[in-house]
Amino acid sequence: MTALRMPEPDAGVFARRAEIVRRLGEIVPGEGVIADARGLAPYESDGVTVYAQAPLVVVLPETVEQVSRVLAYCHQEGIKVVPRGAGTSLSGGALPLADGVLMSMMKFNRVLDIDFPNRCAVVQPGVTNLGITRAVEHEGFYYAPDPSSQIACSIGGNVAENSGGVHCLKYGLTTNNVLGVEMVLMDGTVLRIGGKHLDSPGYDLMGLIVGSEGLLGVVTEVTVRILRAPETARAVLVGFNSSEAGGQTVADIIAAGIIPGGMEMMDRPAIHAAEDFVHAGYPRDAEALLIVELDGPAAEVSHLIERVAEIARGNGCVDLRVSNSDAERLVFWAGRKAAFPAVGRISPDYLCMDGTIPRKELPHVLARMRAMGEHYGLRCANVFHAGDGNLHPLILFDANVPGELDKAEAFGADILRLCVEVGGCLTGEHGVGVEKRDLMPAMFDEIDLAHQIRVKCAFDPKQLLNPGKVFPQLHRCAELGRLHVQRGALPHPDIPRF
Amino acid sequence: MAETYAPRDADETRAFLAWAMAEEKPVEVIGQGSKRAIGRPVQAELTLDLSGLSGITLYEPEELVLSARAGTPVAEIEAAVAARGQELAFEPMDYGPVLGTAPGLGTIGGLLATNLAGPRRISKGAARDHVLGIKAVSGRGEAFKSGGRVVKNVTGYDLARGLSGSWGTLAVLTEVTFKVLPRAEACETILLPGLDDRRAIAALAAAMGSSTEVSGAAHLPADAAVAIGGAAGGAVGRNGQSATIVRLEGVPVSIAHRADSLSRLLAPFGRVERLGGAESEPLWRAVRDVAAFTPDRAPGTVLWRVSVAPGEGPSVVAAMAKAVPGSRAYYDWQGGLVWLCLPAAPTGTGAAVPEAGVGPVRRAVAAAGGGHATLIRADAATRAAVPVFEPQPAPLAALAERLKAQFDPKGILNPGRMA
Repeated sequence: MTALRMPEPDAGVFARRAEIVRRLGEIVPGEGVIADARGLAPYESDGVTVYAQAPLVVVLPETVEQVSRVLAYCHQEGIKVVPRGAGTSLSGGALPLADGVLMSMMKFNRVLDIDFPNRCAVVQPGVTNLGITRAVEHEGFYYAPDPSSQIACSIGGNVAENSGGVHCLKYGLTTNNVLGVEMVLMDGTVLRIGGKHLDSPGYDLMGLIVGSEGLLGVVTEVTVRILRAPETARAVLVGFNSSEAGGQTVADIIAAGIIPGGMEMMDRPAIHAAEDFVHAGYPRDAEALLIVELDGPAAEVSHLIERVAEIARGNGCVDLRVSNSDAERLVFWAGRKAAFPAVGRISPDYLCMDGTIPRKELPHVLARMRAMGEHYGLRCANVFHAGDGNLHPLILFDANVPGELDKAEAFGADILRLCVEVGGCLTGEHGVGVEKRDLMPAMFDEIDLAHQIRVKCAFDPKQLLNPGKVFPQLHRCAELGRLHVQRGALPHPDIPRF
Repeated sequence: MAETYAPRDADETRAFLAWAMAEEKPVEVIGQGSKRAIGRPVQAELTLDLSGLSGITLYEPEELVLSARAGTPVAEIEAAVAARGQELAFEPMDYGPVLGTAPGLGTIGGLLATNLAGPRRISKGAARDHVLGIKAVSGRGEAFKSGGRVVKNVTGYDLARGLSGSWGTLAVLTEVTFKVLPRAEACETILLPGLDDRRAIAALAAAMGSSTEVSGAAHLPADAAVAIGGAAGGAVGRNGQSATIVRLEGVPVSIAHRADSLSRLLAPFGRVERLGGAESEPLWRAVRDVAAFTPDRAPGTVLWRVSVAPGEGPSVVAAMAKAVPGSRAYYDWQGGLVWLCLPAAPTGTGAAVPEAGVGPVRRAVAAAGGGHATLIRADAATRAAVPVFEPQPAPLAALAERLKAQFDPKGILNPGRMA
């Protein structure tokens, strides 16, 4: 495990462990509390397995009332709480704290209401992302955001992370597809925000909650928008001799007014890893591979597929195939969707990064990343949500070689700083968590971060919920609250006034 | 008369607010003042006029991104993106006509601060769904930024969305960045004349639940259809019938195909007519801008904007018809947005409604399973006397107050505006 600075554990809490376990057992009777070492082990890590920490105790509430009582108790006793969904976070968002209660929401696994006329579904937070689609697909509907972990990840976790997927450019992220939540604040207060109607009468709290990484409250119910599945979907698979040609094709497609359902790019190392793994028929001699999926009414898709193919040819593509059946379309995707495990086969370990860049910067960023790879002596494969500029460099390393993990982490940090430098951001969809926490100052100054923490202070003034995530340093809310008051004359006396 | 300060850049704005905070002087924040008559009238010693913070700072059509200083006129931005075949896809409405002020006004900062949307709210979202980043100055007199210029960005808290719809009460926007999208090549409208409200909303639900990618779904009861048809010209409202309208946008070959399937799907609801692009565009603009209930078409009235679950729209309208004689309404967003027009002064058909009908409106929304109603147009005395925005349950109101205290501890920004 790599060294990670987490909030100083509270010795007083350790000393009261037996009492805390007993009290939690009273609130959540039966098998709702796990306190033995073997039972805690599965909760030590989330999707970022380089970080591990056993929690103080795990609690698995089954009702909103239990969630509220557990949080109110911990709030009163000053005990930290880390909420957890399916544990698939790729940023360490659900990493436990040694002195913290881990609250697993996976017993909240029911679909409560499906309302086709109002095109929404009300589900508990432990329902998986794909589970929502499964519950509505018999009527031809689906839930649009589709993170690659969608078989496993929970909708509660999606809300916490504002999860994306390959269809974001056209269909939006979680924040654009959630209509309402019920959530419990750290002090036990139960709130209902939004519902089956649109927009909010007061502040857009939903906008703040989605993507807040479990620091503001524990979501106990989610109302999501469901969509009627497109009539048809077809994909074009295109190979290029250079990432520049691929990047130009992406720009030209968008400039032509076409918003594809999905648009994914892979570089040569990723193409090879994927092809060796799933044999999707990717061109091995290409430097860049582009998958463009058009969805919608059949007449429109045929029309747009032709235009996309023309644009690709105009940019000198070396290979071009159009799917003629759904089976073929899925084969095109198979390599891309298996890119992470495919890379896992060619390297003992890899780090998956998640920066976003303005699309036009792609060739420049790829070139700089190649130079960085040479500097660190590490290989890197790239998959790229080309439509929205979200880059997933996979840094290959071997954790058993002393120093390689450190090198890989330094390489990753350099990549993310580069993303910020060219006008992008540190994380497109995986979240800040603990992984990118200490890089936040690369993107935000102290005042920016202080305003983000002020939101935290409004929701959780004692800062007991998931501390140590997102923010490099947590100031006490009271200290953060000091105003810089300078009385006297307006410092800019020449501001026009009338 | 309040003294007006008109800073020329973000730093002057910060300096002014730091001073106003230190002196604890309340400030009314305006762009062009186009939505000043919405909400509780602000009592402020000072006015902060942001129209000097103007100009597009970045526009890259291939990247689908545009940044502008907060005081930039929306009209200037719409013209700039239209020149490149693009648009703000959330179709921001223009409050001018319905407030009885000049049309075409408003700034991009005001657009986000009031979270504008239009008929495409149900397919493309509102301003909140398209904002990518902001720069702002909080009521603490401190400049901060959030988000950025890329679509996929979960780096830190989403303050850009948090400020959307905050009506200038948390922070003053100084620059905003939006996603822009290609404008559809063509547009067509399916019209079903003569349906009653419930049947119409059922038809709209069927249309929205199909795979024909509907981008507008409205129902105009007969009098609203006549008024909107009068404003837009064309077939809507002819013969004095109600009009249920569904919009399709995209490439022409696709629209033809989708219009056929939609016509088949909606055939059980009666006669189906099709309106071309030339007729559709003014029609949907009139629906967007509430042309049915402008002060000259509906004199002596107050106007409410009600958001409920789409299927509940007719129950709100039916309840109001019973509670307030002379109340009129039409539906957008598949039935989820109800523009509700109530008599404010005695008319031939009934008496004036006290307090803009706030009691019956709130009860109708609650009975519809929840949502919210905002009083959009009423005289200043009425807006000062009734809660303009939907009151929130106590725990939510307390949370909103804590948020306000964090961002504007001295309460200098638009005091009382959202009360």
